[in-house]
Amino acid sequence: MMQKTLFDKIWEAHEVNQLDDGSSVFYIDQHYIHEVTSPQAFSGLRQRGVEVFRPKQTIATADHNVPTQNQHLPIKDPASAAQLLTLSQNCSEFGVSLFDLEHKWNGIVHVIGPELGLTQPGMTVVCGDSHTSTHGAFGAIAFGIGTSEVEMVLASQALMLNKPKSMKIEVKGDLNPGVSAKDLALYLISELGTDGGTGYFVEYCGSAIRKLSMESRMTLCNMSIEMGARGGLIQADEITFDYLKDLEFTPKGEEFDNMLERWRELKTDEGALFDISYSFDADHILPMITWGTNPGMAIPLNSTIPDPVRSDGSPHKEFLSAMNYMDLAGGESMLGKPIDYVFLGSCTNGRIEDLREFAKYVKGHKKADTVTVWIVPGSRKVMEQAISEGIEDALQLAGFELREPGCSACLAMNEDKIPPGKYCVSTSNRNFEGRQGPGSRTFLASPKTAALAAINGWIAV
Amino acid sequence: MSFNPIKRIVSPAVLLPLDHVDTDQIIPARFLKATSREGFGKHLFSSWRYQKNEEPDPEFVLNGKNGKGEILLVGENFGCGSSREHAAWALHDYGFRVVVAKSFADIFRGNAMNNGIVPVELKLAEHEELLNYIRKNPEAELMLDLPSETIQVKGSDKLKFNFVINPFRKECLTMGTDLVDSLITRKEEISQFEQNRKQK
Repeated sequence: MMQKTLFDKIWEAHEVNQLDDGSSVFYIDQHYIHEVTSPQAFSGLRQRGVEVFRPKQTIATADHNVPTQNQHLPIKDPASAAQLLTLSQNCSEFGVSLFDLEHKWNGIVHVIGPELGLTQPGMTVVCGDSHTSTHGAFGAIAFGIGTSEVEMVLASQALMLNKPKSMKIEVKGDLNPGVSAKDLALYLISELGTDGGTGYFVEYCGSAIRKLSMESRMTLCNMSIEMGARGGLIQADEITFDYLKDLEFTPKGEEFDNMLERWRELKTDEGALFDISYSFDADHILPMITWGTNPGMAIPLNSTIPDPVRSDGSPHKEFLSAMNYMDLAGGESMLGKPIDYVFLGSCTNGRIEDLREFAKYVKGHKKADTVTVWIVPGSRKVMEQAISEGIEDALQLAGFELREPGCSACLAMNEDKIPPGKYCVSTSNRNFEGRQGPGSRTFLASPKTAALAAINGWIAV
Repeated sequence: MSFNPIKRIVSPAVLLPLDHVDTDQIIPARFLKATSREGFGKHLFSSWRYQKNEEPDPEFVLNGKNGKGEILLVGENFGCGSSREHAAWALHDYGFRVVVAKSFADIFRGNAMNNGIVPVELKLAEHEELLNYIRKNPEAELMLDLPSETIQVKGSDKLKFNFVINPFRKECLTMGTDLVDSLITRKEEISQFEQNRKQK
């Protein structure tokens, strides 16, 4: 029998049919939607006069376009308010469950799905959001889709897809102390490039991956899209099963034990072939930060910005353009660089582990006067846990405030915008031009680096 | 979404030969609050296209004399980043029906085809040859012929290049139909799949 990868196995189990041209009608187990990429899909259903085919397999949340303060008050921006109202009307008209603002399960779609136990090993998971790759941390095939595809899933619980190629990324050994999953992700993207994964679906493996917590695995899988891969997954193991046990939507009792038996079978066979394989040594990886305008422009924190002139004397146009936008020069050191804002949050680093990490480094210190800091939990559950663990108190003592959940300054659709020309150390996933607000300048980094920047006022180790 | 069928497109090319143009540049997030698919064209490449006072930036290609057409020529990894289909809606609303690139990001490629935009991926050397020709002859018309999967400088058989597109997607584009309708007709088959799975 031919050896198969974990990806092959899940893929084949969800092929409804193979078409003549090689593409597949592909079944979706879990569909998540949010206010920004779903309204046009529901309008499409209405125009076609069709219902949602499997309403119980879609879960909605409000996250991209919500304020992170005073969520109990009416939303000030009329366009944002209208978009949230549209989501709520669509969900009630089509029978989809919605965790809207103030719902105890509200939060960023890629934080709530996992923490409620909706995402499980072996599933296929999609959402109209590229960071759906996050859910791959559970040994699921999870990827972002466009709004037309949201409409397809609503209408048929399926998509028409060509199977991506497979990529194996093995990380051997142990990560050094102080090196997080975020540093690992930025390192891999800087090595493979922002399109190194285009056309591929990644499986992360190796001892360094096996030791990661579920939160860290989610951070890593979340950033798969930043190297162009549609998604990345990690074989489920005891760490996964411990995390899933007793969550709201995880099967209980005997049913859970039966699922466990199935989940334990879900792994890549020994000797299974990948289209391409990479191997990295964990002890080569250092804390990372981006200096430029895509996530691949990342360097170790203690190193200098690369030379924009290539060894053959030709200019590196992309580097020059990024340096111009960021107002930085080749050879400059990142350490000591003054910054104006710090953002802790997003589907990349807005989980309880990230808040704990941030709190650990700011405890006993004071927020730098020159820095504005936004600490945005990924969900209401994360927020409540941070309060009950005393993290909020510790943050307040150090001069910080815990806000309410949402995507916030990761994409700056709400009022949490970094002003033009200002520098932000951000735990989010994209440092594109204007991503955090028109003219904003982003340094992507880990929660630890964000904490140290918040108390020092500059990039520090 | 319905769009006009595409078989042949003849148009001058608009040149934006940058690499890694992300969907945040194609349509910034602040314009994503709309709940319809219409009207995004005026915000296409907004941060590059308009100055701080919201006046058009004369330096940006869309504001120049070769800034209008149905064919956009870009660099590699076009449409990376966010899955927002608003990027495809904005390009289509502005008038683009074809994007010629060295490569595309996966999600964008699908979004484009679902909205009546043909993604044409050329080999690096051919892309360069075409780009150099258009730089020298900015008024030159390109011709896309979808059935034969070719794009060429109109009237020149020397500058004629093949590209590849999924056959079913090609059929949808040439018919102006979309995958939603096709999947709706398969609901029975999908229900059967669900039943079979339960019994396993």
